[in-house]
Amino acid sequence: MPEPALSELPPSIRARRFDALPYVLVSPAVIATLAVVFYPMATAIVMSLYDYVVWRSKTNFIWFDNYLAALGTDIFWTSFKNTLIWIGVTVPLQFLLGLATALLMNQKFAWRWLARMLIIIPWALPSVVIGLMWRWIYDANYGILNDFLLRFQLIREGVPWLATTDTALYSIIFVLVWQGFPFFAIMLLAGLQSIPGSLYEAAEVDGAGVWGKFRHVTLPGLKSVIVTAVLLRLIWVGNAVDIIYVMTEGGPGTATSTLPLYAFVQSRKILKFGYASAIAVMFTLMLLTLVIMYLRRIDDKGGSR
Amino acid sequence: MPGGRSDKPIPPPIAAGGVPAGLEWNREKTRFRRRLLIVHIPMALVVVFALAPYSWMFMTSIVTAEDILKLNIIGATPTLDHYIRLFSRINFLSNMINSFLVACGVMAAGLTLSITAAYSFSRFRFLGRAYLMKQFLVVNMFPIVLLIIPLFIIMRKAGLIDTYLAVIISHSTFAIPFSTWMMTGYMDAIPRDLDEAALIDGCSRLGTLFRVLLPLCMPGIVATGIYLFITSWNEYLYASTLAGGEMKTITVAIQSLIGEYVIEWGLLTAGGFVGSLPATILFLFLQRRLVGGLTQGAVKG
Repeated sequence: MPEPALSELPPSIRARRFDALPYVLVSPAVIATLAVVFYPMATAIVMSLYDYVVWRSKTNFIWFDNYLAALGTDIFWTSFKNTLIWIGVTVPLQFLLGLATALLMNQKFAWRWLARMLIIIPWALPSVVIGLMWRWIYDANYGILNDFLLRFQLIREGVPWLATTDTALYSIIFVLVWQGFPFFAIMLLAGLQSIPGSLYEAAEVDGAGVWGKFRHVTLPGLKSVIVTAVLLRLIWVGNAVDIIYVMTEGGPGTATSTLPLYAFVQSRKILKFGYASAIAVMFTLMLLTLVIMYLRRIDDKGGSR
Repeated sequence: MPGGRSDKPIPPPIAAGGVPAGLEWNREKTRFRRRLLIVHIPMALVVVFALAPYSWMFMTSIVTAEDILKLNIIGATPTLDHYIRLFSRINFLSNMINSFLVACGVMAAGLTLSITAAYSFSRFRFLGRAYLMKQFLVVNMFPIVLLIIPLFIIMRKAGLIDTYLAVIISHSTFAIPFSTWMMTGYMDAIPRDLDEAALIDGCSRLGTLFRVLLPLCMPGIVATGIYLFITSWNEYLYASTLAGGEMKTITVAIQSLIGEYVIEWGLLTAGGFVGSLPATILFLFLQRRLVGGLTQGAVKG
């Protein structure tokens, strides 16, 4: 929505030159956010410069030693690589499956409302329950996946999916694809429904087939939604620690450790708060590039939202 | 198959143009087969894919332990044993109450703190407005790991570990920005003429908010509140870090069940099913409105 000109505003608002009311009105939310988000964040940044360990009474200011120490470990770089795979594989797969689902749901059929309602369920489940149900599915001895694959003789013996270095990360990625594709589907469906039908009719008159209409009408019409949804998802998937934590805690070894997970485990299990904060700060800086890209998009579109 | 706009209306069974009814029926049949292949079957597969893990969890939870270990889940006689044990022996109910109270607190905090801010963003144009709004958007994107460590230290100093308040405050980190953003959207959708009319009738500006805007926003407020409830109910990392002892929420309780009863999948899946039920039911009821609000920003943006 474009900013309304001054003359369009109600007279009571237009009349005053400086008005304190809007600032008073935003202050509860702003002060609360400062207290619960920005103050802790500043604390984290300061803490990353100290050798803060919970059970030690004395802490020293050590400049960037935590950062240098982290950058010097193998596990940091393994986690960095895993983060890139985690985001780089999950989001495109979620997108493709989401797009296919959105195109299907944009068709008219009798049980469409039911499909729409049911498809979203994975997204509404707690991560702990998602972790639990997939651990059961992936279970090496009694899991349905191994049972199924064995029955059709696709594997010779049960695979411990989450305990094998080569399969653990991709097994969790599959879970996240399953959990996140409905989000894409619903967002892309909203985008599809905003494409005017007349464009398709015009394309048809020009002799476009199914594929031609998809390439020249659907994709360009969805472009803006796609970019926004992908950016949002990149950020969310990057941040998603809980599902990995409840499924493998980063293991076996470091096979499923991503940067935020590494930071979380360092603080949670080893209680090295200074070191963990340094990793968290570095990860936040990486994520910030995506956030800035997202904000640029909002700016380009202009408007209040 | 973009659009589905190419679908022509289905002609009446006996075509007016003198085409024999049998031929028309044949055409209908091939048309139906085509739709079956390109719409119904793929869509059904996607729905099955989305629901299968959840259904599998439920089916496991109503089968005896012996049947589970024999992998005889589909044909077994159903039993409620696991559910009875869950509530009688493990005190699952108190965890659910904890989660419920926390989620209500988060809902109350998120909504009350955000309503006036949303009114300000929606109805006033002031210096710093765009910047503040963006700040509320960005806050939701910060990694939890960055906040969780300092919050733990702050709560420990304040002696709040293992209290409702600690979990509620930590959930406010996402609840306040999120609901501010959503409520601003809902208020933007209400025509300004209405508040102008109220102002002319002598209503004060705050009066306009409470007497005109809020009643009209009620559906939006309810949807936002329920969304906050669901996210808080489902949250695990903050809850387990700040209240992992006496006052476990449902998600923390489920996760520690997994550690304690490693191979008792019947019990575990029963816990998972019960724990996810409230959020799932709420979501199904309010799905349309919730999703509308959530996607609105992205589609417009």
